[in-house]
Amino acid sequence: GPAGTSPGISALGVKGCPRCAWIWALGLRRHILLPQEHFKVDCISFSCPFFAVYQVFESVAKKYDVMNDSMTLGIHRVWKDILMRKMNPSPGTLLLDVAGGTGDIAFRFINYVHSAQERQLQQKLKNHQNLSWQEISESYQEDKFKLLGDSQVVVCDINKEMLKVGKQKAQHLGYSEGLSWVLGNAEELPFDDNKFDVYTIAFGIRNVTRIDLALEEAYRVLKPGGRFLCLEFSHVSNPLLSRLYDLYSFQVIPVLGEVIAGDWKSYQYLVESIRRFPPQEELKAMIEDAGFLKVDYQNLNSGIVAIHSGFKL
Amino acid sequence: TGRSLMPRSAGVQGRSRLPALPVSCRIGPSEGCYQLYPGHIPTSPLQKALLAAGSAFMALYDPYRHDMVAVLGETTGCLALPSLRDKMKHHPEGYRILQERPRIRLSTLDMSKLQGLPDGSLGREYVRFLEDNKVSPDTRMPPKFVDDEELAYVIQRYREVHDLMHTLLGMPTNMLGEVVVKWFEAVQTGLPMCVLGAAFGPVRLSARKLQVLATELIPWAIRSGRNANCILNIYYEQRWEQPVESLREEIGIFPPPAIRV
Repeated sequence: GPAGTSPGISALGVKGCPRCAWIWALGLRRHILLPQEHFKVDCISFSCPFFAVYQVFESVAKKYDVMNDSMTLGIHRVWKDILMRKMNPSPGTLLLDVAGGTGDIAFRFINYVHSAQERQLQQKLKNHQNLSWQEISESYQEDKFKLLGDSQVVVCDINKEMLKVGKQKAQHLGYSEGLSWVLGNAEELPFDDNKFDVYTIAFGIRNVTRIDLALEEAYRVLKPGGRFLCLEFSHVSNPLLSRLYDLYSFQVIPVLGEVIAGDWKSYQYLVESIRRFPPQEELKAMIEDAGFLKVDYQNLNSGIVAIHSGFKL
Repeated sequence: TGRSLMPRSAGVQGRSRLPALPVSCRIGPSEGCYQLYPGHIPTSPLQKALLAAGSAFMALYDPYRHDMVAVLGETTGCLALPSLRDKMKHHPEGYRILQERPRIRLSTLDMSKLQGLPDGSLGREYVRFLEDNKVSPDTRMPPKFVDDEELAYVIQRYREVHDLMHTLLGMPTNMLGEVVVKWFEAVQTGLPMCVLGAAFGPVRLSARKLQVLATELIPWAIRSGRNANCILNIYYEQRWEQPVESLREEIGIFPPPAIRV
């Protein structure tokens, strides 16, 4: 019968499982699964759970982060960091991150607020230097339980799979407090009026059918004084850079989509949707139409990406 | 680039001739604008090169990405596929296959009839192979990046005939069996993807299996591959009743070595 029905056991892994043998050959010993983690999957004679996961591989959600890193060569992380610095949230902020399925913005927000809170705490402790040891440790205990200082982020996404990936990431990275996950449509948000301090939408507004409705909803759910922030691909005016960017977008990105995610068409669509999206000034006008004031934008990397900002005053 | 991507063999009449469907011309540079068959994705030469490199890497990095092996075959087959098609055209049975475009899939196979055939016949052994190894003929990927509709059929036929190769060579679908079949196919078709698979496949095998492979199985696969007629020139669907032994002799495949694979 087929080899591998009783896989040999070696000190390092399972001989006979091609995947684990290959991983071992590549030197990634950490990733080898133990014999008891292997099971028989119908169409090949021996297997491990990675194969089962792979079968669901087609869904974009699971490859979303990897694809982002590959397409932008990791630069998307810098863009999101810049967005967070621009937001500069203080402890106690309530953030709504729309189309934020896998949680990149939410996690950055929590980190930012956490470190701001810790700095505040340290400042407070420095000012309490004449207290007794007991009093200091008591005050530290109280503050430890609200390290986030009542800051909260609500992640809203229309896609269940994306939310699932986000929740798994949160668990894996150890984020638990101050985080909620809501299934919802940007054009019709399931929230009351005047609720949030900040509204962000990072690389999501491009996929909304009626951008004007999404902007109106953003205006509605923000508190007076609240801020709207949009991070999105935009238009490059520099002609040479524009040609290179086009070449990269149309020639390389769909190939990356096929090789990494097995999905050429979605990434071809993505590149085309970027070209169809309104340029900086037009988007600024649309944001103003929704009622926002002091609307402005900041180009990153010569306009490949732009951060639009507006206030509900 | 403005290159015409219409198929050259416009004179061949076939039942499954597919009309060229225009899709919206892309704003982006240098791609053919016409979809030649359902599932066809027109690609520029640069994209094909990137796909070939990327799929080769990914197929080695993650052995379960069978779709990458398929993509590698399509993007590197630009010399081997036309030569295979010509071999088919110049052979009476192969020419008929090119005209009639038969497909091997569950919907076209009469499984109960094949199971009822006597032991040792091609149909019975093929069904036994599918059941033993729990595979289905419907898992073959349709071609996407071949820019010629007839060549797309040739590669599709090659993929669908792969399971029959397993049956004729008597090789199961474990790693060792797949490598042996790849060696045979590499000699037969000259497809770079087969050559790469044959060369890199053995890397993951144990020393004992490698020894068996090198001393007995590969020499036999090579000898059979060189001696045999082109495997794509057999109209398998009309030979289900033929005994496997007799078909092997007819094609020119030597009897498999008596080793438990």
